[in-house]
Amino acid sequence: MATLEHSVPRTAGGLLEWFTSVDHKKIGILYLSSALVFFVLSGILALVMRSELAQPGLQLVDRQTYAQLFTMHGTGMMFFFGTPMVIGLANYFVPLHIGAPDVAFPRLNAFAFWLTLAGAVMAFAGFLTATGAAAFGWTAYAPLSGDAYSPGTGADLWIIGVALSGVAGVLAAVNLLATIFGMRAPGMSMLRMSIFNWNIVVTSILIAFSFPALTVALALLWADRNLGSSFFEPAGGGDPVLYQHLFWFFGHPEVYILILPFFGIVTEIIPVFSRKPVFGYKGFVFATLLIGAYSFSVWAHHMFTTGAVDGPFFSATSMLIAVPTGIKFFNWIGTMWGGKIRFQTPMLFCAGFLFMFLMGGITGVFLASPPLDYFVHDTYYVVAHLHYVLFGGSVFAMFAGLYYWIPKMSGRMLSEGLGKLHFVLLLVGMNAAFFPMHQLGIDGMQRRIPDYPASFGYAQENLVSTAGAFLIALAVLVFFINLFVSLRRGPLAGDDPWGGYTLEWATTSPPPHHNFHRLPPIRSARPVFDERRENAQAGPEGGSP
Amino acid sequence: MTRGRLVRASLLVAASAAGACAPSGAPSVLDPRGVGARRIEGLWWLMFWISVVVFAVVVAFLAVAYVRGHRKQTRLSEARWGGPFVVVSGIVAPSLILAGVFVVSLNDMMALSTPPQEPGLTIDIIGHDWWWEARYQGSGAVTANEIHIPTGESVRLRLTTDDVIHSFWVPQLQAKTDLIPGQVNSMWLQADEAGRYRGQCAEFCGLQHANMIFYVIADEPGKFESWLANEASEAAEPAASGAARGESVFLQSSCAGCHAVRGTEADSDLGPDLTHLARRETIASGVLDNTRSELARWIIDPQSAKPGAIMPPTELSSADLDALLDYLEGLK
Repeated sequence: MATLEHSVPRTAGGLLEWFTSVDHKKIGILYLSSALVFFVLSGILALVMRSELAQPGLQLVDRQTYAQLFTMHGTGMMFFFGTPMVIGLANYFVPLHIGAPDVAFPRLNAFAFWLTLAGAVMAFAGFLTATGAAAFGWTAYAPLSGDAYSPGTGADLWIIGVALSGVAGVLAAVNLLATIFGMRAPGMSMLRMSIFNWNIVVTSILIAFSFPALTVALALLWADRNLGSSFFEPAGGGDPVLYQHLFWFFGHPEVYILILPFFGIVTEIIPVFSRKPVFGYKGFVFATLLIGAYSFSVWAHHMFTTGAVDGPFFSATSMLIAVPTGIKFFNWIGTMWGGKIRFQTPMLFCAGFLFMFLMGGITGVFLASPPLDYFVHDTYYVVAHLHYVLFGGSVFAMFAGLYYWIPKMSGRMLSEGLGKLHFVLLLVGMNAAFFPMHQLGIDGMQRRIPDYPASFGYAQENLVSTAGAFLIALAVLVFFINLFVSLRRGPLAGDDPWGGYTLEWATTSPPPHHNFHRLPPIRSARPVFDERRENAQAGPEGGSP
Repeated sequence: MTRGRLVRASLLVAASAAGACAPSGAPSVLDPRGVGARRIEGLWWLMFWISVVVFAVVVAFLAVAYVRGHRKQTRLSEARWGGPFVVVSGIVAPSLILAGVFVVSLNDMMALSTPPQEPGLTIDIIGHDWWWEARYQGSGAVTANEIHIPTGESVRLRLTTDDVIHSFWVPQLQAKTDLIPGQVNSMWLQADEAGRYRGQCAEFCGLQHANMIFYVIADEPGKFESWLANEASEAAEPAASGAARGESVFLQSSCAGCHAVRGTEADSDLGPDLTHLARRETIASGVLDNTRSELARWIIDPQSAKPGAIMPPTELSSADLDALLDYLEGLK
């Protein structure tokens, strides 16, 4: 049995340690903490929006403020919560899953995090300027985002902030790829890696190839605003549709960047809580690769109504991507089939994920049909769809992952009772908030409006939706109470509280600086399970404690 | 409750929740009043019922997996590729369903791209921050925010924009199409019966995006022709002395700098053409009713009604304002 030798490096200690550390676990926790802060901030922006929409008329905010709210809500959730959350979880668990002591480039890792945070702070600092934050939607379509229609420092801060976090994302992705391809422990072949790791491989490739398109779009937009160029101005020979192509060439892979890692998390948790190995491991890996490849061919389904894209082609590719997603769904069902299911909090959130994501997936097929998209595009139907995918899907799976992995990170268990309360509140709140939006969209309510006519019957659905949003807030509050209490007083987790399969459960909670004092032999995708079984067969005398 | 009744009840709940009972008054896609929107209604319900079945089947699989998931002993190894279960339910079934849906939607897409009859009338629609200009080709008629069309005939729209991207959408009549700088898009409209159909800008275009409202007013062909003939004509000479004084207020104040009244010296196209303003039901792109008091408010203090609108406030003595209102109300 291999023993990893290492020397413990000198660290700053105390609070300073958090600012100077290049340890992937500390940087991972920094990513997660910063992501959760922006989750809460962007969520508060959404609560203000929902409060404004609870009744027809303008009560709380003016139109300019409302535009800033939805712009920064989307921006915060996509760029400063979603992507950093993914990178944070990968940072912490990729080295643990492959039996490595750290990532390939620890200093680059720290640099990428601080760059992300700088970008996030910069974009949100727009709120402190005289003209407020950016107010052109998180998509920043030209020419609305140009200097003629969006003057003000907030817009430039938004461009630079988002661009910085994009560059940081590419650095983190390259680092993760180098780690996974170059630092796997002996015996950890590619096809013995955890599904989570596989999904991070594909996600990192998507980040590395899609974020540069965003960087280019933002650089050109910045030049149009500040240097007098005309990349997106038809008067100077430019084309506003070009901006949309660049943006969505990034934007649609971004959706998969925000969902594939969470597919990975769900695929780690479901087998452990069903006491079975994952059903169709290779099929799963193959489906993930297919989704990654397809995701670069569907971008223009966001642009059907521009009249400037090939509807049938992008419709076909967008529908096709539902097939590998379907494969995954039946992999999950097959994994639970005939299992011994334990409905502890991580598994409950996975169950919620399956229902909500199924719903979001199906409503997405409607949007892949150009004639239907001509009608529901830019309405609340789209808002409903994307929240079922990214909130019902990604956020539910994120909470599953946090309940599953926080004991590893902190050494203490979260409360099951509060966890279940959190789950129920979130499930009810999420459906109350987002289900009525399907109806609103079909009834003709467009997105990004602070006010709607009283005579259209929109008020009832909007009121339910607002109530749901506050339930979500309450659920998230319960989570933070749970986190706060458990980190201080939660029962000790031990090395392996769930009877896990993958290598993070073979070390202490939290792991030592270089992660492993010893590694179990790696002969399958479930080395910890294998070792536990061998020990059980060897009997109480032969097994190690 | 028997299983059959349970299924029926839950389907009903799902159907009503997803739009089977549209609330009265809403310009719902599922309350179509034109050839284009009716096609979409058909496609919507087809996909809706397919979705309900797919959702129910997958949820049933999940439910069975959960309910039966309490084995004492579980298998140590599993199919590495997933086996026939995944191939059939995860690949074959979805592929067949999606291929069917794709063919049907492509058919509807083609149908939406060609009008049922060759359009006799073409209207240029020009998007502005935040109002709609409509120019009727061949007749010289120009109006704003209230687009009249004849019933039962296909009308072609030529869509351009003066500033940012807008999107032209009348949910009960036709698919939405974007208005994009540097590009000419085209679409067609056809309404079955006479009526007033609400439209709105669907692409976020800035501060007053929510108030970029318009109406498509479908009239019987005869009524439409007389409307068009009137709209194409120049403004009549003001009859009363008050209105005549109002005309000179109009021409000498800032009004004429942006608005046209055909037949007078005012010919700017920065703001809506006012030649037949009095015939419109609304002003300020659907924000205010076209009454004397609302018109007065709009002239004196437009920023309180529609903050950010390009129209500046106008300072007028109350006598001048009265005369101006007399004049504008006479522009029939």
